[in-house]
Amino acid sequence: MANVDTTSHAAQIKSDEHSAVTRRRSRMTLGFRIGLILVTAVVATALVSFVWTPYDVKGIDIASKLLAPSLLHPFGTDHFGRDVLSMIMVGARSSLAVALIAVGIGASIGAPLGLLAAARKDLVGETIMRGNDVIFAFPSLLMAVMISAVYGPGVVNAIIAIGIFNIPVFARVTRGAALSLWSREYILAARVAGKSSFLISIQHILPNLTGLLVVQAAIQFAMGVVAEAGLSYVGLGVQPPMPSWGRMLSEAQTMIGFAPWLAIFPGLAIMILVFSFGLIGDGLNDRLDPRIKRAR
Amino acid sequence: MALLDIKNLAVSIDESPILHSLSLTLEAGEILGVAGESGSGKTMTALSIAGLLPDRAKLSGEIVLDGVRLSSTTEEEYCDIRGRDIGIVFQEPMTALNPVMTIGKQVAETVRLHRKVGRGEAMRFARDTLDKVGLPGLKFPLDRFPHSLSGGQRQRVAIAIAIAMKPKLLIADEPTTALDVTTQAEILDLFKQLVVEDNIGLILVTHDLAVIAEIADRAVVMKDGELLDQGSITAVFRSTTQPYTKKLLESAVHVPVRNALREIGETPVLEVTNVVREYPGARRLFGRSEPIRAVDKVSLQIFANENVGLVGESGCGKSTLLRTILGLDRPQAGDVRVFGQQFPTENATEMRKLRRSIQVVFQDPFGTFDPRWRVDQLISENFHLLETQPAGKDARKKIDEILDRVGMKSSDADRFPHEFSGGQRQRIAIARALVTEPSIIALDEAVSALDLSIRARILDLLAELSDRLGVSYLFVTHDLSVVRSVTDRILVMKDGRIVETGRTEDVFAQPQDSYTIELLRAAPDLNRILSERADDQAASP
Repeated sequence: MANVDTTSHAAQIKSDEHSAVTRRRSRMTLGFRIGLILVTAVVATALVSFVWTPYDVKGIDIASKLLAPSLLHPFGTDHFGRDVLSMIMVGARSSLAVALIAVGIGASIGAPLGLLAAARKDLVGETIMRGNDVIFAFPSLLMAVMISAVYGPGVVNAIIAIGIFNIPVFARVTRGAALSLWSREYILAARVAGKSSFLISIQHILPNLTGLLVVQAAIQFAMGVVAEAGLSYVGLGVQPPMPSWGRMLSEAQTMIGFAPWLAIFPGLAIMILVFSFGLIGDGLNDRLDPRIKRAR
Repeated sequence: MALLDIKNLAVSIDESPILHSLSLTLEAGEILGVAGESGSGKTMTALSIAGLLPDRAKLSGEIVLDGVRLSSTTEEEYCDIRGRDIGIVFQEPMTALNPVMTIGKQVAETVRLHRKVGRGEAMRFARDTLDKVGLPGLKFPLDRFPHSLSGGQRQRVAIAIAIAMKPKLLIADEPTTALDVTTQAEILDLFKQLVVEDNIGLILVTHDLAVIAEIADRAVVMKDGELLDQGSITAVFRSTTQPYTKKLLESAVHVPVRNALREIGETPVLEVTNVVREYPGARRLFGRSEPIRAVDKVSLQIFANENVGLVGESGCGKSTLLRTILGLDRPQAGDVRVFGQQFPTENATEMRKLRRSIQVVFQDPFGTFDPRWRVDQLISENFHLLETQPAGKDARKKIDEILDRVGMKSSDADRFPHEFSGGQRQRIAIARALVTEPSIIALDEAVSALDLSIRARILDLLAELSDRLGVSYLFVTHDLSVVRSVTDRILVMKDGRIVETGRTEDVFAQPQDSYTIELLRAAPDLNRILSERADDQAASP
């Protein structure tokens, strides 16, 4: 009898654990969905702006300058009388493009470098990391100034500057985590199986770093949006009259006392985008982990 | 009246019951051993007494310590009781101590928390306590830091902190599991001495039945949150009627049945000759640093069908030697030969062939698998070493075959390692090693992390596979009881050298080297201890 009792008791614990996992899982999926919806909304806005905006973003209309939000101008107008909603719609393009491409450059070059540096603890690895330190020493702003000085200002050069700045960030994160993975027993097991360090890096190390890299990408993406803002502010990023969220925010600084909407709406836009990428990052991290089974 | 009286203790976390109506008593000056496998609730029982249960836990029943009802005390009152009336020692001595605080300050801290004394007074008190736990002032001044101490010395500091206030009750949760056998014996002696000197009641929680048999006065056996058996050591270990306790005791001294006709081959499968591995030593400002020799001119041979044990304490170089044997590290001198061929070799085809014949099973059955790989992927990782690589249906058939060989189901191939228990995972690890039909499998503490009953079954499996497939094993372990029950020959390693080698029975019966003698004496052997205790009882009725 006692035996039967303990078995059913064990089953009870199992099913409780199971429901706890299910609850956690559904909460995560919700965050992931919200993130996905928000990012889709921003992307859609950027796409729509190619064919239609409520007003012309380049049209200066001094007569209707600094209007508070109203039905006519839902997000108000700036000191040149330009419609803030239209500017945010168009600005979404450059924010998305700059941050996404820059993060892409950083991750696609930085992560392999980090993997290589972790796999080769000899001179090669050392050289990579010291090279990283050199790049790391230059802030992205300084990098952009240098690149602009040589190739002239513009969106493409801003992307390259932020991208280069991202390389050592990803390289370091990847190498650090990869080094700790290299000492795991399953890596030893793979080495006993005779796998080359290249195959181990690709098959074992990289998949186990995805979560970390995705989260890092979300952080770098947020920083990318801010960096783009900074570069546009000093005139090295998106060139006027093309609007950019960052420059809108910077320009609003001096007028925040009497026209707060100029800061609030671009600020909200940046916040929503960064936040939704964070949610997606978290969600992807969990989705890519087989230990957290997906409800199907 | 008993020092500690627990009545109908029940604990549940998030509605799921962890402990069921548990009742036990402990007298002052008595040692109570709490035995059980993982998940039996033995640690939870200890935490309930110390008031350290997680926040979500709900407790009912009564815990009375020397007239104080602990079950209804608030956290503030508990802060007063812990340290003063209850001392606690945990498993891992390194994490239990603060690495940036001197040992003197850490002991003095407990004193100052519970008694209004000045710093100097507290430090003097700390000195006395450290003396008492066997860390004399001359060699262990108060300003030493934990990192400069060995594992056993750190555990002594942790014990000093626990007993500084002369508690009535001392709870020790697996206090010697992380220690070497010789150190374990010393720490157990210290516990015995403290219990007598200060009239402390000691609750010793451990999975190791031999440890309990050696020092406890009474024992309780737990399973699934229930107390199955309790009584004196002889009552529980010798004359129990509980089937679970019986099974546990059998598992602890389990010896797999071997094929009597098994013949050990004549030519060595693995031959290690004068292998040396050195690590760079501590750097000096000027001049060259002295390298540390982890493996010092080690030679050994393993023959076909032979099971060899390599034993030694932590830091003796056995893991480094194993890595060299597996070709993960290259020897700085000497060579490793598999079937007479240099290993590792530059020739890729030859290397694949040699890799096929030597495989490994590691200690941690979970850490040994990439958590993102399914079982079929994990097992097929070794396929690329095979002469003809099975693909598609053939691959699946091969995986099923191998899983079947280690007693797993074909459907298990589609699951992830985290979905299995520790014993099942170890079976999968063995399955992976079997893929290439190796001639020799190295087992690096492969059964140390497993519960007793599971350990017994895995040992049976290994014995059966060896008999059926003619695989040689190299057991690398600190656990002498495992070595004794399964190996033909034994190598004892110390400070990078092999100090003794011989047939297992011979070495256990008549150890030659002084270190081997010390090691064997320190290792708790359940059968020996129980018969000694029985003799004691007979001698003093």
